[in-house]
Amino acid sequence: MHETFYDVMRRQGITRRSFLKFCSLTAAALGLGPSFAPKIAEAMETKPRIPVLWLHGLECTCCSESFIRSAHPLAKDVILSMISLDYDDTIMAAAGHQAEAIIQETIDKYDGNYLLACEGNPPLNQEGMSCIIAGKPYLEQLQHAAAHCKAIISWGSCASWGCVQAARPNPTQAVPIHKAPGMPNNKPIIKVPGCPPIAEVMTAVITYLVTFDRFPELDRQGRPKMFYSQRIHDKCYRRPHFDAGQFVESFDDEGARKGYCLYKVGCKGPTTYNACSTVRWNGGLSFPIQSGHPCFGCSEDGFWDKGGFYDRLTDIKGFGVESNADKIGGAAALVVGAAAATHAAASAVKRARHKGGDE
Amino acid sequence: MTIDATGQEVPETSETLDHGTASHKEEAVYIYEAPVRIWHWVNALCILVLGITGYFIGSPPPSIGGEASSSFLFGWIRYLHFAAGYILTVAFLFRIYWAFVGNKHAKQIFLPPVWRGSFWRELFHEVEWYAMIVREPLKYAGHNPLATLVMHVLFVWCIVFMILTGFALYGEGTGMGSWQYEMFSSWIIPLFGQSQDVHTWHHLGLWVIVCFVIIHVYAAVREDIMSRQSIMSSMFSGWRTFRDDKPVADE
Repeated sequence: MHETFYDVMRRQGITRRSFLKFCSLTAAALGLGPSFAPKIAEAMETKPRIPVLWLHGLECTCCSESFIRSAHPLAKDVILSMISLDYDDTIMAAAGHQAEAIIQETIDKYDGNYLLACEGNPPLNQEGMSCIIAGKPYLEQLQHAAAHCKAIISWGSCASWGCVQAARPNPTQAVPIHKAPGMPNNKPIIKVPGCPPIAEVMTAVITYLVTFDRFPELDRQGRPKMFYSQRIHDKCYRRPHFDAGQFVESFDDEGARKGYCLYKVGCKGPTTYNACSTVRWNGGLSFPIQSGHPCFGCSEDGFWDKGGFYDRLTDIKGFGVESNADKIGGAAALVVGAAAATHAAASAVKRARHKGGDE
Repeated sequence: MTIDATGQEVPETSETLDHGTASHKEEAVYIYEAPVRIWHWVNALCILVLGITGYFIGSPPPSIGGEASSSFLFGWIRYLHFAAGYILTVAFLFRIYWAFVGNKHAKQIFLPPVWRGSFWRELFHEVEWYAMIVREPLKYAGHNPLATLVMHVLFVWCIVFMILTGFALYGEGTGMGSWQYEMFSSWIIPLFGQSQDVHTWHHLGLWVIVCFVIIHVYAAVREDIMSRQSIMSSMFSGWRTFRDDKPVADE
């Protein structure tokens, strides 16, 4: 008999009152009605903890850093105990061969029943030698663990899209989890992008998985709709300034002091799907735009390769270092205009000659 | 000299000399039906509005002061862009419909006869005319082959591209579940990578249209002056008039 979530919580000294509070807050965070709070409580009281292998590839561990700061009531302690986090080399007590043995143990014991949480991604160049874990390329560990798991969570932009290590020119040929070679194609993948993802989004995704024993509704690109269906821009508290035409022109101007829209200093809020403007960070304290910095779209595919974080228009590669749509298009229009003018002049000369000769 | 039925002498026309056929005197041909002409000018106006507001959406005008509640400048710029986009789309759909029910010239820009050798030969002749190698262009009632091809590639396909990407971007605002999102954003945005990429391509499309407009207006003016048929006035009146009586190449 496995321990249930509730058993674990009680064992850790959490009162039933706190537990029920957590359930109703989680229901609210997931956008579920009040009737779902007892459902969550029931699930936690009856279901065994899901074993989770949390693998780290090429990454900076910001996802883990974010995750452990989930400011949800008790989440720091509870969520880590809710799931049975069997392996997470960053925070586990075991190390070395002892730690690595746990992976195989979990695979043997829970074949087809554990969750594979991937933080970071595998590099493919030089036979994967850019990321070695326990003497083997990370790719092998990933393929082995993925073949026996129930489902895969791609934490953060690294696992979801590739992020900084996959940015041009991507020397190690890092690829996101869903593009890694040799991965089973019958395992569902949920992407939770962000650099890092919001802590509460991470814990909520896990809570949803545990409660309903399935993925939340995903969009076409595999992200949970409940957190990634709207752009930062759609719920931005500075949106009225955008509509009014009030923009920060530089970071030391009057507009910046008054909290105007950051669109002209490169805000990617209008093209970024994430929950920052609603859930916010650090327990709902703030988020980048609120602290006066434009969103740079960390949860979007390839956000490192879209030019300067402080430019509204994207740099376009292949046309020099600093070119965007306006510079390329303007140059093309100039060339066409100049060609038309030259042609017009030549036509006029020809016509004058033609007439002179004919008549 | 030839003698006609009434026994009077009539001067020989160039046609009878050149082709040995009966005289084929053509004063004017009705080319652009009223719906096509109305579409052309509505479309031109939409493109003007879309181009200007679109540019400002990418590079907004200088910030304005005061309370946010007292102005809606950027909102209006975006509103004009969206409204003009809708009008352009509806007009374009109507134009496609008209290609089926209108006269044969209404189909021309949608279906350049690229499978015909004569199309490419005449196109080459037109290129030579623009390169000032040949003295005279051929005479056309509709578009010449070069114009047909440029319209087809730079206008028709570019507008299709702009409508698709435009609605994909618009659908982001109307949100998941809206028909704009389901029909356009849901597949076009992943196709390009992400939203910012669609913005960039849509923006490049603007400049393709600017280049098209330059070529289109210049060629229309030049043809009006130098070719053998009317161009500019035809888009107002619908009638194509000719400067000489020789047969047209596309009749």
